[in-house]
Amino acid sequence: MKTNRQGPVIFSDIEVSKGLKKALSMGRVEVLDVVRDSNLRGRGGAGFPTGVKWNLAATANSGQKYVVCNADEGEPGTFKDRVLLTEIPRLVFEGMVIGAFAIGANKGFLYLRGEYKSLLSSLNKELDRMRKDGDLGKDIKGKKGFDFDIEIRLGVGAYVCGEETALIESLEGNRGESRNRPPFPVNTGYNGYPTIVNNVETFVAVVHIVAKGADWFKGIGTEKSSGSKLLSISGDCKKPGVYEVAFGASINDIIKLAQANNPKAVQIGGASGICIPKDQFNRKIGYEDLSTGGSVIIFGQKRNLIDVAENFLRFFKEESCGQCTPCREGIPVLLESIKKIKKGLGKKQDINEIFTLCETMQLASKCGLGQSAPNAFVSIIENFKKDYKLAK
Amino acid sequence: MAKNCAKKIGLKNGNKTEFVCDQTRSQLIPILQEIQDKKGYISDKDMQAVADRLNIHPVEVFSVITFYSFLNDIKKGKHVIRISNCISNIMAGSKNIEKEFEKALKIKVGQTTKDGKFSLEETSCIGMCDQAPAIMVDEQLIGNVTAKKVKEIIKKFK
Repeated sequence: MKTNRQGPVIFSDIEVSKGLKKALSMGRVEVLDVVRDSNLRGRGGAGFPTGVKWNLAATANSGQKYVVCNADEGEPGTFKDRVLLTEIPRLVFEGMVIGAFAIGANKGFLYLRGEYKSLLSSLNKELDRMRKDGDLGKDIKGKKGFDFDIEIRLGVGAYVCGEETALIESLEGNRGESRNRPPFPVNTGYNGYPTIVNNVETFVAVVHIVAKGADWFKGIGTEKSSGSKLLSISGDCKKPGVYEVAFGASINDIIKLAQANNPKAVQIGGASGICIPKDQFNRKIGYEDLSTGGSVIIFGQKRNLIDVAENFLRFFKEESCGQCTPCREGIPVLLESIKKIKKGLGKKQDINEIFTLCETMQLASKCGLGQSAPNAFVSIIENFKKDYKLAK
Repeated sequence: MAKNCAKKIGLKNGNKTEFVCDQTRSQLIPILQEIQDKKGYISDKDMQAVADRLNIHPVEVFSVITFYSFLNDIKKGKHVIRISNCISNIMAGSKNIEKEFEKALKIKVGQTTKDGKFSLEETSCIGMCDQAPAIMVDEQLIGNVTAKKVKEIIKKFK
């Protein structure tokens, strides 16, 4: 592939169609097995085991199934999918075809965020090339009866549509309001049919896993987190960009990669993630410690993190879909309280009350947006006490 | 309008082009996007036409339009300039860029120029934090914007 980047998994060398050919020669069950054995987990941040998801969809009894690639990366500070879809779109689509073969789907969607509309024409050209090469369409690569095609759908500027059930609602032509789960998309997804929704990076990882084997993949990373993670690094550093690291890399390693000079804090996981102070820079990227979709924002010594928390809460206020009470009503209360703290009017008692509200939001919100909205707020209030003064 | 849209949205199997022209609800957003692309906004009349075609109530169409920030029911400028307000962009000075645009276009964020050429907006992260400060002009992503570049950008789209 034409990318000049280097990395252990995603940016490692691979021939076009190699993964797909191997998958077709292996058979459905074996593909499901290798994905399960690899311990691959969702790269969007939630970390659900991909093998389990695919198995559930594969065993669902339905004549119609769908594969959806979630390219609605809206988390502040992430741009890895933009890079993947610009530099190696073929591998993304190939991963979707392998997924379709494994679960028995014949239609796929790439849900591309509206902000990346400029990529649309090159992506459609790539799909055309794949149709010509027989990697899409009827009887793919000569496999009788395996028909699959991909349609690109553009998002319309809603962060919440990165949540899989909201994304499906949006595909169906509705407001992007998340659904109650269960039922899960693997049995009741797009138009009520079994659907797998996976991250762009997950699909690329699948291609490499199928081509190179589960053991190869498990040899990279840590015991509980196989493989690698793409990180989108931005903020106060000399070299922002997309980097691939094996799981187990520490925040100190990341700081070195991006050439940041003595940072004060690092936000892992974007607005919905947590803010790590300097004394915890030895913490590691991985599902056992810092699970992330890949957003890394570095803050220099001069930054006040209360401003950062305020920015994140404004973002959530804008992006909350408003259907469930803890999220809709909780976020404005957090925003008000941070403004109060900024003015030096926040009392210790207020903060205790707010923390109880945060707990309610984390427990009772319907989807990940509301559940994770208080994370950054809580970690900043707890870890950066020097950045604000409480009223007496 | 509706027929036209069905032609554009299709699947190609091999050399044969098959159009998925189902009148199902799932076509709603692609149809609205196409109207928005052509006219810059979705009028009440268009909402009614879309509702008729998909056999749903126009208020359903309205509710979808108002939910998504890239669909609008009022006319905006010919070009929409969106400035990312995520923290990486703010740290890189996006507020200064915003002021430059406000000065050059003589409008505030959320407004449209009198000649109807430009609208200026803030938007959530546009996935260009590695090239912050970054903006979107229509569908084009522009990174590493400086105060100097602001005038060039306006000139280019004028």
